[in-house]
Amino acid sequence: MIIYGTALLAVCHLLGIFLGDVLGHALGVKTNVGGVGIAMLLLIVARLYMQKRDILPKLTELGVEYWGAMYIPVVVAMAAQQDMVAALRGGPVAVLSAIGAVAVCAVVIAVINRAERPEEESLAVPKLHDNPLLTEAE
Amino acid sequence: MLDILEKAAAQNGLVTAFAVVGFIVLVSGQISRRLTFGRVHGSAIAIVIGLALAYWGGALTGGHKGLADLSLFGGIGLMGGAMLRDFAIVATAFEVQATEARKAGLIGVVSLLLGTVLPFIVGATIARAFGYSDAVSMTTIGAGAVTYIVGPVTGAALGASSDVMALSIATGLVKAIIVMVGTPMAARFLALKTPRSAMVFGGLAGTVSGVSAGLAATDRKLVPYGALVATFHTGLGCLMGPSVLFFATKALVG
Repeated sequence: MIIYGTALLAVCHLLGIFLGDVLGHALGVKTNVGGVGIAMLLLIVARLYMQKRDILPKLTELGVEYWGAMYIPVVVAMAAQQDMVAALRGGPVAVLSAIGAVAVCAVVIAVINRAERPEEESLAVPKLHDNPLLTEAE
Repeated sequence: MLDILEKAAAQNGLVTAFAVVGFIVLVSGQISRRLTFGRVHGSAIAIVIGLALAYWGGALTGGHKGLADLSLFGGIGLMGGAMLRDFAIVATAFEVQATEARKAGLIGVVSLLLGTVLPFIVGATIARAFGYSDAVSMTTIGAGAVTYIVGPVTGAALGASSDVMALSIATGLVKAIIVMVGTPMAARFLALKTPRSAMVFGGLAGTVSGVSAGLAATDRKLVPYGALVATFHTGLGCLMGPSVLFFATKALVG
């Protein structure tokens, strides 16, 4: 049943947010600490466990994957409700931080990759996922 | 007639939002294919259109919620609100294949950590230089320099103001566009030839859309390796942004 997948996602989401709140409370910051990240880790663990036990039919997976594929559209909707008028007053901050971040990372990538030994690894191309919903979204 | 249509759209806000966003994604896909020949990813164009509409809505109503301030597009507020946003982001963790991820190994983890911390430092420093000197704003803008998802998730968790959130998204977006367009041009400088180099690139450059589009335009065979590491980027950033990175920033600036 497709709702099982969506319900699994919902339980991981709520548990992650709850644990993030508890963590925030314990650290005395009154904010959610990494709740979304914890929820993601819970979902990965749940998937591995259910796959091993063979209790994860394709239809259940689809209940989660639909929402994964919806993330770009949701981000578009999120972009459409930002306070852009106020943001544009900030002006060069966005452009400068982005250029700075990319430049620093590019140098580090070049340094690490040039240190790689020339011997070629012959790996098979890994399969990211078998979800047709996600090929477009990526 | 038009009144009845408008009422139907306004009363079914979330459904209207699905239709509107679908149309935006359709248009941006066409722009990506026809005007940029696939060089700039469709999702990046869609987000730019979203931000442009947010500006239009904000300028029209004088509100702070962009397009969602127009009653006809109120559903955009629900669709792009914190609840559905976090729900969809958590769902993307489902595509991470642990066995494949293990192949990325130590170098993948190292580049992921560097790819989170270095852009954060650059973003937060520049934010401070431009007068955003409180820890919450610095962290939010710094997190935006990691990816445009990590920025708003971090900002929402810390209670940043909407203009800082928008600035944070804009930062991540500009970064994603630079990665998409710049990767094929910088491929030689980055030594992008092997699967391992693509993994290093995926960890450091961040943003799945930027990495996969950038690698696709460089060498199609490298795409899965880069994307594999990059899928961890958002999760790691969301975990570190509101926690370790915020505390570090707070300890430094008070």
